[in-house]
Amino acid sequence: MPNLHDAVTEGSKLTAPILVIGIGNESRGDDALGPFLLRRLAAMDWRDCEFLEVYQLQIEHALDLQGRNLVLFLDAGIQTSAPFSCETILPDSSDSPFSHALTPQALLGVCKRLGFSLPEAQVICVRGAQFELGAPLSGAAETALEDACLYAVSILKIRQNLLA
Amino acid sequence: MTESSNRNLETASDADKLRRVAIDPVSRVEGHGKVTLLLDENNRVHQARLHIVEFRGFERFIQGRPYWEVPVMVQRLCGICPVSHHLAASKALDGVAGAGTIPPTAEKLRRLMHYGQILQSHALHFFHLSSPDLLFGFDSETTRRNIAGLASAHPELAKQGVLLRRFGQEVIRVTSGKRIHGTGAIPGGMNKALSMDERESLLSELPQILAWSRNAVDLIRKLHESDPALYDHFGLFRSGMLSLVGAQGELDLYDGTLRARDADGRILLDGILPEHYGTHILEEVRPWSYMKFPFLKQFGPESGWYKVGPLARIQNCDFISTPLAEQARMEFMAYRNGAIRHEPLAYHWARMIELLHAVEVIQQLLSGDDILGTDLIAHGVRQREGVGIIEAPRGTLIHHYRVDDNDLISMCNLIVSTTHNNQAMNEAIRRVALDYLDGREITEGLLNRIEVAIRAFDPCLSCATHALGKMPLEVELVDVEGRQVSSLYRDAEFA
Repeated sequence: MPNLHDAVTEGSKLTAPILVIGIGNESRGDDALGPFLLRRLAAMDWRDCEFLEVYQLQIEHALDLQGRNLVLFLDAGIQTSAPFSCETILPDSSDSPFSHALTPQALLGVCKRLGFSLPEAQVICVRGAQFELGAPLSGAAETALEDACLYAVSILKIRQNLLA
Repeated sequence: MTESSNRNLETASDADKLRRVAIDPVSRVEGHGKVTLLLDENNRVHQARLHIVEFRGFERFIQGRPYWEVPVMVQRLCGICPVSHHLAASKALDGVAGAGTIPPTAEKLRRLMHYGQILQSHALHFFHLSSPDLLFGFDSETTRRNIAGLASAHPELAKQGVLLRRFGQEVIRVTSGKRIHGTGAIPGGMNKALSMDERESLLSELPQILAWSRNAVDLIRKLHESDPALYDHFGLFRSGMLSLVGAQGELDLYDGTLRARDADGRILLDGILPEHYGTHILEEVRPWSYMKFPFLKQFGPESGWYKVGPLARIQNCDFISTPLAEQARMEFMAYRNGAIRHEPLAYHWARMIELLHAVEVIQQLLSGDDILGTDLIAHGVRQREGVGIIEAPRGTLIHHYRVDDNDLISMCNLIVSTTHNNQAMNEAIRRVALDYLDGREITEGLLNRIEVAIRAFDPCLSCATHALGKMPLEVELVDVEGRQVSSLYRDAEFA
């Protein structure tokens, strides 16, 4: 664990420039799309990448974003256009009054207000259909997961080449 | 044992003739919570209810699983307090695994993990969920009451909240093995020892963590003292209280026996072993809510309900074993000359006393060399049934399991903290509805007072689903004829 001074200043000098965060609960059907996509990517051979799996984004994850060149959020969405969407996001200071958890945009907002330098951030959101406790991944989600994985790999390869 | 509100607002006598206001879902509370108010043409409040969608599917989800998987599996019930479920399940299944008593180092590691959870959960709630209300006022615009607003106006406070929470999460990581889905606790003990480096890393941060925790207690005490007219009366109701206490009557959040006091502080039940919880606690089903209403059997559902959580715990115990938190508890009690305190906003003060206590306990545990021991698992004769009770951040958490001949879970019963507080939260919102909304035009600031009362209890609705577009906030105004006259809809986008 970086000490408290490092945690709020520059982070660890060993920080990988790319952070991939998979968000979701694998026991809730298609909510597992984020973690499943993350695990597929993490099983591949990457340099300069760190992978982090979370149930929900929380305030302390702002510390994980320090010193990154790119942060790629992987999530599941209900109203997302199939099979997935990808967008670059910016800090949002007026978000998330509804939950203990944060949106990726609100997490960037926390970083900004804590004085951290902001990484480029993108969200890959895979369309899901069923989110009930104990439900398996739906058939449509499995197909969307394949497509999203190919896209995520291309993003990471491009960024990796730029960093080389 | 327990007194209800001045006017019974649970069920209106002529509901069909009233207009309905719904706050759906309650913001900054996990899962789905909904408040409905029934008002007449003069805006007089006739009914106020907090509805919570409780996922009773949890028990069925767990049935049929091998018992040794359960401490890991139950962490998926909740994205907010997975460690509490992890430890309550492990405690319940210790007996099933034949471990009547787990090795001392294993118990200390579990306590370390648990107090790390208490620290991170209380820090999140106070610094990032409740402080915006308390510092900016209940009428401030919504966007200023959230995390971003706090960070803008009080950057140091926001930073301390982040780092306190990060420290608590680090305690959890080194004891459970992972940041999430940890497997540290297992039926019969622990499967991960603490290394010297891990201990030293945590100890090096403790002086700063302790200083921030003391400041947090001072801050909430000053807030109370600065506006007693608000803090002493907002949402006030009287009730009994329930919690675990340690063998000497001390505050113990990991283990002990059940104690209940009445609203005046008289002990009603004491020394109740966890396995006997079912003899004393029953749950009532009411047709208008998915969530049950627990009560003490000998007093019945009308007067046997109680509150749990920090405000109950620090008054139910006889003392706190760590010096700084005990001093803070004595100051807390002296505020009303030793009388039992029931004001919901005092939950925040009590919560910060517990946060301070958690830091002191973590320091004590890390300072003992036996925390580095490696004798972590006990064995014995298998049993078929086990009960584990723990004081989770929000209150008493009960896990009860039976196991069949094939080591599969055949019965599971969970009573979670928020369920214990069901009646108490309803009482608080009815008091607020009478004091602030009755006879007035409804505004967002007034509705936020309802939410402030609920947030004082820090309910966790055990919903880890966060998918996009899942949880909008909807406020609905319906006239006497049942027609919708206006509505406010805020798309949460992510929830």
